[in-house]
Amino acid sequence: MQPITLDTVQNEIDKFLNQDVYLHLETTNGAYASHFNQSFFSVGAYIRNAKVKIERGIITGDKAPYRAGLKIELGWVYAEGLTHWEVNEDGQLLLAGHDAEGKLAVALQLSPHPFE
Amino acid sequence: MSHEHVLVVFPHPDDEAFGVSGTIAMNTEKGVPVTYVCLTLGEMGRNMGNPPFATRESLPKIRKKELQAAADTLNIQDLRMWGLRDKTVEFEDPKTLTARIGNVIDELKPTLIITFYPGYSVHPDHEATGRAVIRAVEQLPEDRRPTVHCVAFSNDCYEMLGEPDVVKDVSSVSHQKLEAIKAHRSQTEWIIAAMAEENPEKVPEVLKRINKEQFWTYKF
Repeated sequence: MQPITLDTVQNEIDKFLNQDVYLHLETTNGAYASHFNQSFFSVGAYIRNAKVKIERGIITGDKAPYRAGLKIELGWVYAEGLTHWEVNEDGQLLLAGHDAEGKLAVALQLSPHPFE
Repeated sequence: MSHEHVLVVFPHPDDEAFGVSGTIAMNTEKGVPVTYVCLTLGEMGRNMGNPPFATRESLPKIRKKELQAAADTLNIQDLRMWGLRDKTVEFEDPKTLTARIGNVIDELKPTLIITFYPGYSVHPDHEATGRAVIRAVEQLPEDRRPTVHCVAFSNDCYEMLGEPDVVKDVSSVSHQKLEAIKAHRSQTEWIIAAMAEENPEKVPEVLKRINKEQFWTYKF
């Protein structure tokens, strides 16, 4: 993955507009956060292979980490904390937010076909 | 000795590395077959590296190779990857999971099963795996139940379970154990880095205890 540059990633998001696309959206602070620090309020959520149609998709922010908002037919998809991006060999756009230790904290991914 | 067979059941590709790989190596060394059932590929792991070496989508492919390499190092001849998804084991149908583990027990007739201690193993996937194994063994008639050695590491495990009744010195296979830990590079890179520094103050706790493996025998 590469650090996000807005123009490049915006161009990649645009390729997914107005068609059926598959979405992976995730936030996590790890399964062990509350084990190592019992006062830590551990949260996480993910959705994999939601089928959506994006009318408008924007990545923005003054500097990393960035935010992305996708306007879909009946609502919105939102993620913040995005730092890295890649289009992989399956043509999937992967956006992720990694903390200073290289641990994934957020992921927003689009694919023309269902994720494996 | 030929009738002995060890069955290891864990949900994530590196669950065996720190606490059990020495025991596995000591068994395969004396010719006891070991079957390792690994339920998921740890798809939801968080360590992607800085700079990143993995993505959410490439991580399972990397971890699958690492698991195979670790199994090869430990001379595990029978490695079974079940293809469940990380973090979802507790949401699978418990009856189906129990039956699937029961089928493996019927097939192999293991003399020893190693898994997580339900209630004392922190991660929901660990808990669900341990529960399914215990349920599967409970369904066997008492005289046909294999011994079950459980791994526990919750903050209250000593308070609730007492001292582990099985403590093994695995120093004779420490080289193999280290290789198995290193095989799971995507998960253990920080340990490998700490080892390379050769600074005793920075040696992680898990490595100080590397020659000792401990289990609680499950009481049915």
